[in-house]
Amino acid sequence: MKINDTLPLEYRTEENSNKIFGFWLFLGAEIVLFSTLFAVYFTLWNRTGNGPTGKELFEVGGVIWETFLLLTSSFTCGLGIHAMRLGLKKPMMIFFVVTLLMGLGFLGIEITEFVNYVHEGATLQTSAFLSSLFVLLGTHGLHVTMGILWGAGILIQVGRQGFTDETANKSFIFSLYWHFLDVVWIFIFSFVYLKGLM
Amino acid sequence: MKWDEFFVTGEPMIYAADVSIVLVSLAIVIGLTYFKKWGYLWREWLTTVDHKKIGIMYILSALIMLFRGGVDALLMRAQLATPDSKFLDAQHYNEIFTTHGVIMILFMAMPFVIGMMNVVVPLQIGARDVAFPRLNAVSFWMFFMGAMLFNISFVIGGSPDAGWSAYFPLASLEFSPTVGNNYYSLALQISGIGTLMTGVNFIVTILKMRAPGMKLMRMPMFTWSVLITNVIILFAFPVLTVALALMMFDRVFGSQFFTMANGGMDMLWANLFWVWGHPEVYIVILPAFGIFSDIISTFSKKNLYGYKSMVVSMVAISVLSFLVWAHHFYTMGQGAMVNGFFSITTMAIAVPTGVKIFNWLFTLRKGKISFTSPMLYAMGFIPIFTIGGVTGVMLAMASADYQYHNTMFLVAHFHYVLIPGTVFGVLAGMHYWFPKMFGFRLNERLAKTAFWLIIVGFNVAFMPLFFLGLNGMTRRMYTYSASTGYGPLNMIATIGALILAVGFVVLCYNFFYSFRHSPRNEGGDPWDARTLEWSTPSPVPVYNFAKVPVVHSEDAFWHAKKHNVPLYEEGPYEEIHMPNNSGQPFILGVIMFFLGFFLVFSWFIPAIIAGVGVIIMLAVRSFERDHGYHIPPKEIAATEQKLRGDTV
Amino acid sequence: MKKKRWLFSLIFISVVMLLSGCDTKLMVLDPKGPVAKTQSNTIIFSILMMALVLIVVYILYIFMLTKYRASKTPDDYEPPHMEGSKWLEFIWTAIPIIIVAILSVVTVRTTYAVEKVPAGYEDQKPLVIYASSSNWKWHFSYPEEGIETVNYVNIPTHRPVEFRLYSYGPISSFWVPQLGGQKYAMSDMITKLNLVAEHEGSYMGKNSNFSGKGFAQMEFEVLAQSPADYTKWVKEVQQTAPKLTEQEFNSVLHTDFVGRKSYSSTHLKFSAPPMDMSEHGHGGDNSTDSKESGKDSADHMQDMGDMKDMNDHSSMEHGH
Repeated sequence: MKINDTLPLEYRTEENSNKIFGFWLFLGAEIVLFSTLFAVYFTLWNRTGNGPTGKELFEVGGVIWETFLLLTSSFTCGLGIHAMRLGLKKPMMIFFVVTLLMGLGFLGIEITEFVNYVHEGATLQTSAFLSSLFVLLGTHGLHVTMGILWGAGILIQVGRQGFTDETANKSFIFSLYWHFLDVVWIFIFSFVYLKGLM
Repeated sequence: MKWDEFFVTGEPMIYAADVSIVLVSLAIVIGLTYFKKWGYLWREWLTTVDHKKIGIMYILSALIMLFRGGVDALLMRAQLATPDSKFLDAQHYNEIFTTHGVIMILFMAMPFVIGMMNVVVPLQIGARDVAFPRLNAVSFWMFFMGAMLFNISFVIGGSPDAGWSAYFPLASLEFSPTVGNNYYSLALQISGIGTLMTGVNFIVTILKMRAPGMKLMRMPMFTWSVLITNVIILFAFPVLTVALALMMFDRVFGSQFFTMANGGMDMLWANLFWVWGHPEVYIVILPAFGIFSDIISTFSKKNLYGYKSMVVSMVAISVLSFLVWAHHFYTMGQGAMVNGFFSITTMAIAVPTGVKIFNWLFTLRKGKISFTSPMLYAMGFIPIFTIGGVTGVMLAMASADYQYHNTMFLVAHFHYVLIPGTVFGVLAGMHYWFPKMFGFRLNERLAKTAFWLIIVGFNVAFMPLFFLGLNGMTRRMYTYSASTGYGPLNMIATIGALILAVGFVVLCYNFFYSFRHSPRNEGGDPWDARTLEWSTPSPVPVYNFAKVPVVHSEDAFWHAKKHNVPLYEEGPYEEIHMPNNSGQPFILGVIMFFLGFFLVFSWFIPAIIAGVGVIIMLAVRSFERDHGYHIPPKEIAATEQKLRGDTV
Repeated sequence: MKKKRWLFSLIFISVVMLLSGCDTKLMVLDPKGPVAKTQSNTIIFSILMMALVLIVVYILYIFMLTKYRASKTPDDYEPPHMEGSKWLEFIWTAIPIIIVAILSVVTVRTTYAVEKVPAGYEDQKPLVIYASSSNWKWHFSYPEEGIETVNYVNIPTHRPVEFRLYSYGPISSFWVPQLGGQKYAMSDMITKLNLVAEHEGSYMGKNSNFSGKGFAQMEFEVLAQSPADYTKWVKEVQQTAPKLTEQEFNSVLHTDFVGRKSYSSTHLKFSAPPMDMSEHGHGGDNSTDSKESGKDSADHMQDMGDMKDMNDHSSMEHGH
């Protein structure tokens, strides 16, 4: 196995650097996936049928909190990776725990919001606009859920094994994923909520 | 749901299929038990992560699906042979052309092409496997289980019946109330995810795992075509993922994306489908271009003419393939300006394609052409594909397309593109690389007989369709009246289809014949070929290369042979690190199969359980600590000694 | 290899023979109106251009295959290493670009031509006919004449006819090969097709876009009559045919196959067509006059949603 000691731990083996490159490609595919969902949303957003429009539905409060939590969690995730590069296991784990908790908070608000929508009679079946809204937000939410499960698994492995080239590699790839979800959210925030409220 | 709705009933042909499925399954089970092959099957195939074996499994699945899709085609041709035929009813015919299209594109062409990639690409670039062998196995089992899920539809629940393009609102619950189109959305989704993973895997493999000295511009043309193809896969398949997910939401969860009320938009489906669908055509055809390039160069004993322009033209085709999707529905009323734009981008594809044709022709110039079976397919490809290409340019002209659209002319065109392009391509590749996979060549005499039957049958079957189309015969009609005058040409087409079928029978018989009679001692390089894969012994040992080759030029192996430059450095063997086999990909595939199956029937509680199963499998993989195994130098030396009769 | 040359020349000759022999019979190449005529000319022009390309490729192909076969070269012949030639590659890039450019110009011009009212007919007031499809029939409404037919449509010759297409179900495609190319009929917008018949006669029209079980039977007759005969026919229908009630219309809508029918009123009043995207106005009886460009698209969408509800004939309860 070729090992290049000049690189950070997560890049050191050839296999690991392949994994990071592969994950970047996967994120490329994810960008296409979310772009398609956005395209669907933009096509259908004013086709509200008998259902409510975005303006009638969206509430600023929850969305601001969601945005705050996810943006901050992206920052703490970055701090975690920084700690990992310095070889500090405990701070890294704390930052990751904070990241995942904020992710959970985000999910909690999103689910409450969905429940509210449904109570107002705005369901997946109501109109094309709502179908595309639920599927776009839901896909992002599902990604966050998977991220939380995945991140928790990695935390356990880091706790047990410390920083090995494997756990470091996984943590780093997880951080890429988490930042990506943050970027997607910024687009959702701007082009779904802000645009919808205007 | 009642049992008689669950199983498809009332059709003698379906009953016959039921019986044969049960009999074949029984025969397989009894055979495996009798010959004590269960362990062998599990250890050597179901759990394998070896790219060569995965490739062979892809190709085998593709051949089985070719049989299924071919039977569909013959049934259609039988129905259309005479006017007012009562052989099939409308519903049955609709299901058959739908499954024919889906199976041939997604479960025949795709796996055949991906199988070729798997077998050949790591060998051509001097790698020991793909970048992520385990992920590769996951890709295969996702594809395979998706294909199986799609295939059981015709005995359980009913097949999809809205065409392979499944246009809404026809494919909506309202107009297609059976579960057929649920199968469509879920089976394609499962295998599509597998394909996407293949895309990631091969891009990393080709960009990161080439042998020292193999610069990008020294790669064999097939590897180049695979690289570009996988980039297209990476950007096109997520669109299909979304489209199919929305379809599933509409049909299973009652959302309103493509419905006729509450703001749904049927045209959105057509756009999403073809944004994926057109690049898909190039996904199955570019690798064939690569295969032909390698074969034409090998059997002309010359390097490929215009290597750089071959690469540039493929890149140009891949970019353009994303800019032409609306030519599948010029007639949707988007106006002359939009249609004009898409006409021009579509015709522009003819330019890089033409460059490739001329480069192939000039590769032949001053060569020393030997007509082996792979070369025959390549030489059959050029004139026939050119007809497909020029009719493509004709179809690209929007004003004229208003008259070709939805007719047999279109059907003839895309068969003239896909059969010589993709099918001849993979058949050529299969004959060419067969010795690499199995250690013996296919019998040339039988292979050539099959080729001539196929090429004659093909033209007789599809040439008449051009004229039927211009005479107003639309596609997908299950019958026509005698007064239309379509009868005689349809009869000719059916005869052609039968000749084509005989050709495929001969081709398959050749496997058995060659397995028994072909010589086994032809060495690693029976064709006197040019690229790295031929420097390995046949069949290829599990680690591919005992030593990693060092590449000095394009056509590395030919260069080494002609100039007596060693491909492998002197010195003792080093330990080789290999990945372990694993049953997880197979198990994950089985769970995905059931997840899809439960969703097809909207059985949500079992579906949730299967979904949890998927998450558990992912967690198991994450927590697994598997560092593979090492092959000691002694064992390598022994293997090489046995396979080559000498040391490198 | 003789076999192969023989085969290809046979194919080529048969293509040429079929093309020249069938010229007068193939429906698409036997136009009876200016739109189909333009299209037929475009098709023949493109066939000639493409035949030129095919001939060049086939000549090169046959030349290479006959001259450089291994059996014709000495055993010790070593093919040379050739990188490619800038000049040759330039030529076979540039010439196809020129061909594509020529075809592009032709395509854009003819596409604009066939979308518009055919040349020479612009100053005539077009006959408006709403053609709507349902499983598996065609309904033809003549708003000005106040008549409606099912599965047949009569038109006067030498007068532009504006077909306004929409669907009560799956996407269908309205096609009368001898009068002009097809266009989709869809449920949420109106598409327009301008046709003119220049010869009297009966022409086959059909749905060419697969729409389910009854698709193969979804044909209709287009009868092009002299203006006098046409007027006579309209009068006859107005006087003899029954009125089309909403009840009758719904029953026709939900019957799979109904044969020919005639009525002395249209369904447009109680089952309005969807909006017309091409003119940014409302659908309905007088859509030619409504060019309210001031309204923004969101309002249109809203309108369309309402209209959809009005003519939503299907139960949307998707129980599982």
